[in-house]
Amino acid sequence: MFSNLADKLQKTLRQLKGKGKLSEKDVDAAMREIRLALLEADVNFKVVKDFVAKIRERAVGHEVMSSLTPGQQVVKIVNQEMTRLMGETHGSLAISDKGPTSIMLVGLQGSGKTTTVVKLAVHLRKGGRNPLLVAADIYRPGAVKQLKILSDSVDIRCYSNEEDDPVEICRDGLQTAIKDGFDTVIFDTAGRLHIDEEMMSELAAIRDTVEPSEVLLVVDAMTGQDAVNAAESFNKKVGLSGVILTKLDGDTRGGAALSVRAVTGCPIKFIGVGEKVEALEPFYPDRMASRILGMGDVLSLIEKAEASIDQTKAREMEQKLRSQQFTLDDFKDQLGQLKNLGSLDDILNMIPGGGNIPKEVRQMSLDENNFTRVEAIIGSMTKNERQDPSVLNSSRRRRIAMGSGTTVQDVNRLLNQFSQMQKMFKQMSSLEKKGTLKKMKKGKKGFPF
Amino acid sequence: MSLIEQFKKSLSRSRSGFTDRLNSLFAGGELNEEFYEELDEILVSGDTGVQTSLMMVEQLKEEARQQKIKTREEVRELLLQKLTGILSSEQKEVEASEKPHVILLVGVNGSGKTTSAAKLASLYHKQGKKVLLVAGDTFRAAAVEQLEIWSERAGVDLIKQQAGSDPSALYFDAMNSARARDVDVVIGDTAGRLHSKYNLMEELNKIYRIVARSIPGAPHQVLMVVDATTGQNAVAQANSFNETLPLTGLVLTKLDGTARGGIVISIQDNLNIPVRFIGTGEKMEDIAPFDPAGFARALLDV
Repeated sequence: MFSNLADKLQKTLRQLKGKGKLSEKDVDAAMREIRLALLEADVNFKVVKDFVAKIRERAVGHEVMSSLTPGQQVVKIVNQEMTRLMGETHGSLAISDKGPTSIMLVGLQGSGKTTTVVKLAVHLRKGGRNPLLVAADIYRPGAVKQLKILSDSVDIRCYSNEEDDPVEICRDGLQTAIKDGFDTVIFDTAGRLHIDEEMMSELAAIRDTVEPSEVLLVVDAMTGQDAVNAAESFNKKVGLSGVILTKLDGDTRGGAALSVRAVTGCPIKFIGVGEKVEALEPFYPDRMASRILGMGDVLSLIEKAEASIDQTKAREMEQKLRSQQFTLDDFKDQLGQLKNLGSLDDILNMIPGGGNIPKEVRQMSLDENNFTRVEAIIGSMTKNERQDPSVLNSSRRRRIAMGSGTTVQDVNRLLNQFSQMQKMFKQMSSLEKKGTLKKMKKGKKGFPF
Repeated sequence: MSLIEQFKKSLSRSRSGFTDRLNSLFAGGELNEEFYEELDEILVSGDTGVQTSLMMVEQLKEEARQQKIKTREEVRELLLQKLTGILSSEQKEVEASEKPHVILLVGVNGSGKTTSAAKLASLYHKQGKKVLLVAGDTFRAAAVEQLEIWSERAGVDLIKQQAGSDPSALYFDAMNSARARDVDVVIGDTAGRLHSKYNLMEELNKIYRIVARSIPGAPHQVLMVVDATTGQNAVAQANSFNETLPLTGLVLTKLDGTARGGIVISIQDNLNIPVRFIGTGEKMEDIAPFDPAGFARALLDV
């Protein structure tokens, strides 16, 4: 996400960083590049104008010119202003203290409301809440069915009633939630154009009926300059409390993220980063600004690791490593957990300086297909072979290569790596007995690599 | 009411500043640097893209100087010609003469493929052609049902398989039955996919290969559906899809909002892929063949 914008800004700022002295001309040249990068990322042109003017003013001001490292200083300013543009702090969801917390999702057609409703429900359930979904999109053919199928697949209840109008459906949905003891209700409304007066007043009517604690606008991250028009209208006619940005898993430069907040003043609360129901993340402006400027986002990485790695499994693994019972099955398990962390590209971007690794190198060393290949090879072994790879003679290896669609060389490479890994563990545990590894152990999370 | 009129009506209904700014810019005044800068900004705000806008403004400047043009009104006329020129450069009549004529719809999630498939089916059906719809989005929950409802409304046949099945297998069957049923036009829906997802693009390429192998010359049209509100990312989308399976054109949807759809100028300028159809609403008949001159006029509010 944001990768292109990040590339461009980082390149421009790197040129500034090295300079011991900055002239106004240097700053102007950099500002032109920044302006271009932002416009190409679909940041609204008015927002770009203000943003660049503000940075320029500060960059040629006293704080930079008198600094020993003026280039660094400009990077800092851009980071600060970008964080400010995206809303400074993370906006959490408002929780109602009386009755169920109700959340309304609104937006244009095709922005991703229905999928996001389910993602949000799954996210809230993880946080210990008990959500009910209400299918209020009676206009698009198949929309109610879509929500029902999705909610069934994650075992969350969905209220629907295709006889009534949306206002009635929402009222009944809320009643059902109260009656059946749900503490959260999420309303999926139909996609509509912000200039469709009739449809917009329907939204206002739903809002007046269910009195939601949150009205969230769902915005496609690939939206262009028009994003602000739509956001402004929705805000004026329905009153927004926040924004959810979707489809950020593409190569979009996500300029809508930067402008929607600036124009409506509504915080971005979540971002959608994939097609799976778990692919919804809380949005942190400061972390995102660092990520865009290539400063990494270690906080998110740690949180992600904590959320996706099973702690009990990690402890079991530690035991196995110590007693040297680490098998190929365990190896496959570990790979699976690593995969849960998300795409390797994303992870790299969260590491400070990770963005500087050239694209070609990244693709070569971090081919995610390698994971799949290893999984396929291990999957093609018998239970016995996985427990004790020493039985693998050449005819068995040939069979495994055929079964996994790989070559014997691939199988050999994996077995080599595995045996080296086992040797390493052996050495580690013998070192540990001598006490030299005590310190290192502290930070270890059970990863063999 | 013609679709261009509808498009214009929605533009005037919205008054989001774009048309106002254009009109006041062209209302009068000198041809100075500020004028061109403002024009550049307006074009960018219509999603035309920084590079394409700058290129057009530079050319306008040059031509205005050569032709000794003095008024802003004349520059507007020049711009109109230029836009029309860019947009019509690859336009040609596509006759659905071979039988069956296969049209594939591709695009990112939420761009409006399923709705466009239904609208196109209805359009050809009304021309008296025998149409077959292929419910190729087997991934999104209830996408098949969505197209099924549309197909019943339009009164055209539909081929489907259960959700989650392999779309290439579905297309293999669909091509065979299109021949067996002696269909004139096949309109194939596909699942929405982000162009940066390698595996999903490979799946699309497989569908393309299956279709091409089953019927010589097919698919006759591969149309990428693009939402008019999309920004510069649409160029990257068109580029990737075009590398996966050669695009013959675009369907520009959701033109009934406030977005100008200026991105198609950028796509045409960068990749030479023309717009074939525009969608202007949620009703079955809200689709029309693309008219470059009308579109340019509506865009500039002439």
